[in-house]
Amino acid sequence: MLKKRIIPCLDIRDGRTVKGVHFVDIRDAGDPVELVRQYVRQGADELVFLDITATVEKRKTLTRLVKRIAEQISIPFTVGGGISSVQDVSALIRAGADKVSVNSAAVMRPELIGEIAREFGSQCVVVAVDTKRVNGEWVVYVHGGRTPVAVRTLDWVRQACEAGAGEVLLTSMDHDGTREGFALDITQKVCEAVPVPVIASGGAGRAEHFATLFRETAATGGLAAGIFHYGDLTIEELKQYLKTQNIQVR
Amino acid sequence: MIAIIQYNAGNVCSVRNALQRLGCESVVTDDPRIIRKARKVILPGVGEAASAMRYLKEKGLDRVLVCLEQPVLGICLGLQLMCRSTQEGNTLCMGLFDTEAERLPQQGRVPHMGWNNFEGLRGPLFEGVQLSDDVYYAHSYFALPCDRTVAVCRYIVPFSAALQRDNFYATQFHPEKSGGVGEVVLKNFLKL
Repeated sequence: MLKKRIIPCLDIRDGRTVKGVHFVDIRDAGDPVELVRQYVRQGADELVFLDITATVEKRKTLTRLVKRIAEQISIPFTVGGGISSVQDVSALIRAGADKVSVNSAAVMRPELIGEIAREFGSQCVVVAVDTKRVNGEWVVYVHGGRTPVAVRTLDWVRQACEAGAGEVLLTSMDHDGTREGFALDITQKVCEAVPVPVIASGGAGRAEHFATLFRETAATGGLAAGIFHYGDLTIEELKQYLKTQNIQVR
Repeated sequence: MIAIIQYNAGNVCSVRNALQRLGCESVVTDDPRIIRKARKVILPGVGEAASAMRYLKEKGLDRVLVCLEQPVLGICLGLQLMCRSTQEGNTLCMGLFDTEAERLPQQGRVPHMGWNNFEGLRGPLFEGVQLSDDVYYAHSYFALPCDRTVAVCRYIVPFSAALQRDNFYATQFHPEKSGGVGEVVLKNFLKL
């Protein structure tokens, strides 16, 4: 049986791991390579690296860091941040990334998704969506959550999948950093809207939050950063708990 | 020396890294002379079938591959390219395995992405591997089970998690990305 995935996310800035609370007020959470080793030992199923300053400051993701990580770990990982062309993707894949996640550039130019999928296959393209509820309606934000665009989240994820996205990584900005649980309603709506795997992100604070996510939505993965970085909950503890709740994990 | 076949979109880098972690030197190449002389050959796989097959043909590697006598391991797309054909881009493949690759039906989420176990394990690749072990899959196409199937995975439908015919081996999962279990499979291949 396909297992539910537990995915630590490392937000990278200047080669260090950071975690934003509501995408501002960033605290330093350590050396990425050190964290990566720890996570793999604890049983992480996959890793996500997001170069959070890439789009805003027009920097490209740290290819060298990707290369170092790829040499050391034997589980899959996704790299995102500032990806706007097939050339960007090609460089990251060559450095050892398994998948890339696209966000702002794909919202601005949805054809990018198809271009990547045709070259590297759909399973390579994760569409990351930052969303926030505005007047009762979930809408898409770009540029690291700084800029709202007049697009409904459900419309965008459908369009992204038609264009060739192989996975959706949904972050609720309303929940991110709160540690009060995942955004269950929009996650389930996105799951119903798209035929591809959906990973939920934002709001994980306790092991129970993951159990609730997997019980109440069709999400196939749960992503978190701060809760793992600061050692509040290890992935090992989380998986043991999920097993007691009859949720299938590796 | 292990030859990893270089082609347009293959994620050759992770295979090379995995071999390096096992202390095994490899060369990434599309040179038929080096491939023929290699002790073992790996056809990795991340990409799209039609363009991958076109590239192999342009370089004449499809004919080189089918004539190899040393152990050959195809991974993911590599497995599909070793079948008769694949629905992806209606592509005629190398025909090493007498089966076809089809798209996973949309009764579940496609791609099949993540860790899954298998059943019906046979042959040297799976020595020391348990049925409850999980390996990593990331694919939208699958090879129908046939008499060359040496491991079956169930996701929406039962499909070939691994195939073997004589010196030709192939896995739908990614041993290079499957942690400790993947390392066992790779080591078994290297021992052949």
